[in-house]
Amino acid sequence: MAKLSESASQTAGPYVHIGCVPEFAGLERGYHSQLGTSLRADLTGDPITVRGRIIDGMGDPVLDGLVEIWQPDGAGTFHTNGKGFGRAPSHAETGEFVIETVMPGAAIDQNGTLQSPHLALWIVARGINVGLHTRAYFSDNVADDDPILSMIEPTRRTTLIAQKGSNGYQLDIHLQGENETVFFDV
Amino acid sequence: MSKLTDIAPRDFSLHPPRIAPDYRSSLSRGPIHKPIGFATTMTEATGPTFGHDVLGPNDHDLLINHAVDGGSAIGPRIMVHGVLRDADGRPVPNALIEVWQANAGGRYRHKKDAYLAPLDPNFGGCGRVITGEDGSYSFRTVQPGAYPWPNGGNDWRPAHIHFSVFGMAFSQRLITQMYFEGDPHIALCPIAQSIPDAAAIDRLTARLDMEATVPMDIRAFRFDIVLRGRGATLFENQLEGT
Ligand SMILES: [Fe+3]
Repeated sequence: MAKLSESASQTAGPYVHIGCVPEFAGLERGYHSQLGTSLRADLTGDPITVRGRIIDGMGDPVLDGLVEIWQPDGAGTFHTNGKGFGRAPSHAETGEFVIETVMPGAAIDQNGTLQSPHLALWIVARGINVGLHTRAYFSDNVADDDPILSMIEPTRRTTLIAQKGSNGYQLDIHLQGENETVFFDV
Repeated sequence: MSKLTDIAPRDFSLHPPRIAPDYRSSLSRGPIHKPIGFATTMTEATGPTFGHDVLGPNDHDLLINHAVDGGSAIGPRIMVHGVLRDADGRPVPNALIEVWQANAGGRYRHKKDAYLAPLDPNFGGCGRVITGEDGSYSFRTVQPGAYPWPNGGNDWRPAHIHFSVFGMAFSQRLITQMYFEGDPHIALCPIAQSIPDAAAIDRLTARLDMEATVPMDIRAFRFDIVLRGRGATLFENQLEGT
């Protein structure tokens, strides 16, 4: 089979919400079904909420970003038909995104090794030229020998761990700066 | 049971760098650290797929999907079509493609877009399709207008349509933009020119397709899309098809 070159990525731009979450963007005649809004309803497992903001290199919250989520259900099983896929737009004034979902079960890696429960996150926004892959782990649910976290120097590992608090889990994504989030080439 | 496959490493030389100084927004939003690679796990080898039930009857027709009372959007009527493949040349079937764009005057239906060009009451600017068994897709719309944007100079975006593409694996996820052949703004645009490879920019440029153009009705543009390739079969039985 012929080898082709992957199409080049381009920024999602400031109006990504028109295409991906049109009701959120204020399109009054949107789609009859909006994707990525029913993580918790579609998956069995314990309900959790993850809140955060995307922070740029100036320390300012990104107000036009979009976080996509991909995860298995509470038993660690991945599904089809959009189950396990979520979208969390940045709030236009505060920048906060809110992920209402269930605690994912442990998924295996390529060697069959159990990985600590995590959400796969994909971040797009104006100024991001290629969508950024990262993960959210959970502060009360991380194994010391997790195969992916173990590859990362301890000082940066914390950027992937959502901290449990009274209001659910909290995880800010830093695009640059001292606490720059670990992004993956996957 | 579905077979899941390893994903070939991404060739970053085909893509814009994380920071492209002429595109000023990337200066504070592009990460400094190189991304960390690891062998594909279930998390990346799987990905969301969608059935045709998510689509409304006019989702693929931006000419009418926001129009009221039998109206139609104003502007040059075009049909965009092509084939979605992976880098191994295999068509990608049953893949969701979402598109969004400015109207024919270059204005987005978005409260933060205050460009002088008027909104078109019959144009929303978003649509979506699912590829066929042969990876093909098509949608109808109006040709978007060029628009000015704040980047420090007299910057105008070439006419473009934004594309969001789902493959079979989450690591194939791609957002890009389609340009139109012959547009002089492509060579002047800091976003298009952030792609270091001229051939890669050319591959984002749709071609007028007179063969698919419908006489006295609508012009066709051809735009093929390529996602990352897949390697050897990795997992055979951990995906539940429900
Ligand atoms: Fe645009």
